Amino acid sequence: MTSEPISHSESLVESSQRFRAPRLINQIFRWLTLALAVGIGLVLVWITYSLLSIALPAIAQFNLGFLFTQVWNPVQELYGALPQIYGTIVSSIIALIFAVPLGVGVAIFLSEDFLPRRVLTPIAFLVELLAAIPSVVYGMWGIFVFIPAILPILQGVHKAFGWIPFFSTAPSTRQMFATGLVLAIMILPTIIAISRDSLISVPPQLRQGAYGLGATRWETITQVLLPASLSGIIGSVMLALGRALGETMAAAMLIGNANRVNVSLFAPASTISALIANQFGEASGLQKSALFYQALILMVLTLVVNMLAEVIVNRFQQVE
Amino acid sequence: MTNPSIYSNSTDNSISGSPVITTENVSIFYGSFQAVRNVFLDIPKNKVVAFIGPSGCGKSTLLRCYNRLNDLIPGARVEGKITYQNIDLYDPKVDPVEVRRRIGMVFQRPNPFPKSIYENIAFGARINGYKGDMDELVERSLKGAALWDEVKDKLKESGLSLSGGQQQRLCIARTIAIEPEVILMDEPCSALDPISTLRVEDLIHELKQRFTIIIVTHNMQQASRVADYTAFFNAEAGEHGSRFGYLVEYDRTENIFNAPQEKATQDYVSGRFG
Repeated sequence: MTSEPISHSESLVESSQRFRAPRLINQIFRWLTLALAVGIGLVLVWITYSLLSIALPAIAQFNLGFLFTQVWNPVQELYGALPQIYGTIVSSIIALIFAVPLGVGVAIFLSEDFLPRRVLTPIAFLVELLAAIPSVVYGMWGIFVFIPAILPILQGVHKAFGWIPFFSTAPSTRQMFATGLVLAIMILPTIIAISRDSLISVPPQLRQGAYGLGATRWETITQVLLPASLSGIIGSVMLALGRALGETMAAAMLIGNANRVNVSLFAPASTISALIANQFGEASGLQKSALFYQALILMVLTLVVNMLAEVIVNRFQQVE
Repeated sequence: MTNPSIYSNSTDNSISGSPVITTENVSIFYGSFQAVRNVFLDIPKNKVVAFIGPSGCGKSTLLRCYNRLNDLIPGARVEGKITYQNIDLYDPKVDPVEVRRRIGMVFQRPNPFPKSIYENIAFGARINGYKGDMDELVERSLKGAALWDEVKDKLKESGLSLSGGQQQRLCIARTIAIEPEVILMDEPCSALDPISTLRVEDLIHELKQRFTIIIVTHNMQQASRVADYTAFFNAEAGEHGSRFGYLVEYDRTENIFNAPQEKATQDYVSGRFG
């Protein structure tokens, strides 16, 4: 009993022209994925176009001066974005200053064998749960628990270091600095999870190589493991920065929504997303247009951060 | 178990010179599993000693005890006594970091750091407190590893940009840069092509002048080419069915290959190994 051999009686061209279902499915699949890929690009173009077109009246009216003006007056129809741009950037920087060392430290701890794996795994899981807390919950916790808890400390800082401009006002219950701290907690899981994955994926041979040369654990971590996973760590920081820049609910609840730039971090401030969240309900006409101008600025900011991230990650990967 | 008598025979007959490392009745465990059983073995100074034997015979495991790299594996335990220059390596007062500064290691797969060629060598020297001229040390180490001519114009490039054979010689260069007394090599050529392998073997011959070398290899021709002494390890099923490794025979390399005392050695080196 022999099976029928594959017939090659037709010429190559004939058999290529003959209808075959798999070939058709192949074609359909190809066009489908192409349509999906183009579709997602179109969504981005659509959003950008809408932002631009609705923001156009405000852009025409205020031009680039919008970026440097401290005013938000719906009655006189005068708008500027400086306090929001300043607040968005400064609150994110505060968040990074606290979250990066803490996050990378925790990531190192979780990727080393300081504790048995059965203890480390639940800790890593809890850290990732931090990311699952809705931002409105962070906002409520900030208002009712966190800010009252740290206010005495901030008052102490103000008393001792009030001569430094950043701490020159008495700590308000809604303020930039505390908002930055809550943002730090919110972006920690991003930094920890990605940095930890990046550290764990460093080949074990590198660690052995460093130990084999007589490196201590500290030297191995700081001079071999961290440089080897730097691109992942920087990527995590940039992702976290993107989240901090765009964070809306917690910022709107905690920052105080003051439409002026105050050098003191203990004073109320504002962010772009907080302003939009507070005002979109009753905005119309030029005010709506100005809000869209702000949104456009936020989009450009995050875009720049993401592009910087790409550049930095690429540069470090070349060194590796 | 006839190891001790083999060992003493061998010493009486052939192993000469003062040992740098002694291995006295060493057994190695992973948890309750005994990987290596009752090894007696002395490593003479400025010689090349090859460890050969089938997979799972514990030769790499034993090698990694000499620089306490097995400390990194949870549950690994050493019984018996290993001394380096008459000091017990597993004495609680001995810092494993210090051990590894004197007993260097080259690994199976080339593992240069993701740094420049220069930094790959400077790293080890710096953490070992080297205060001298770093440029000179880098050049001397690369020359010592027969790599200088190939990389002298691209010291700032990544160590990972080199070919596999060059990477392995870079790893040897960074090891000799810290001036160890003993170099452990764990199948250093198993990931290399035949030409790179020959270059590394030539290098081993040169390094013998300054260092004591212990090399684990699967390649018997390699052992016969580079080693002054060869230790043959074998694996055997223990009482619970788990296999453990033990030292069968340790002698001058030409004796191991031409006139082995044990039938198992004879079978292995002649390729009749089951």
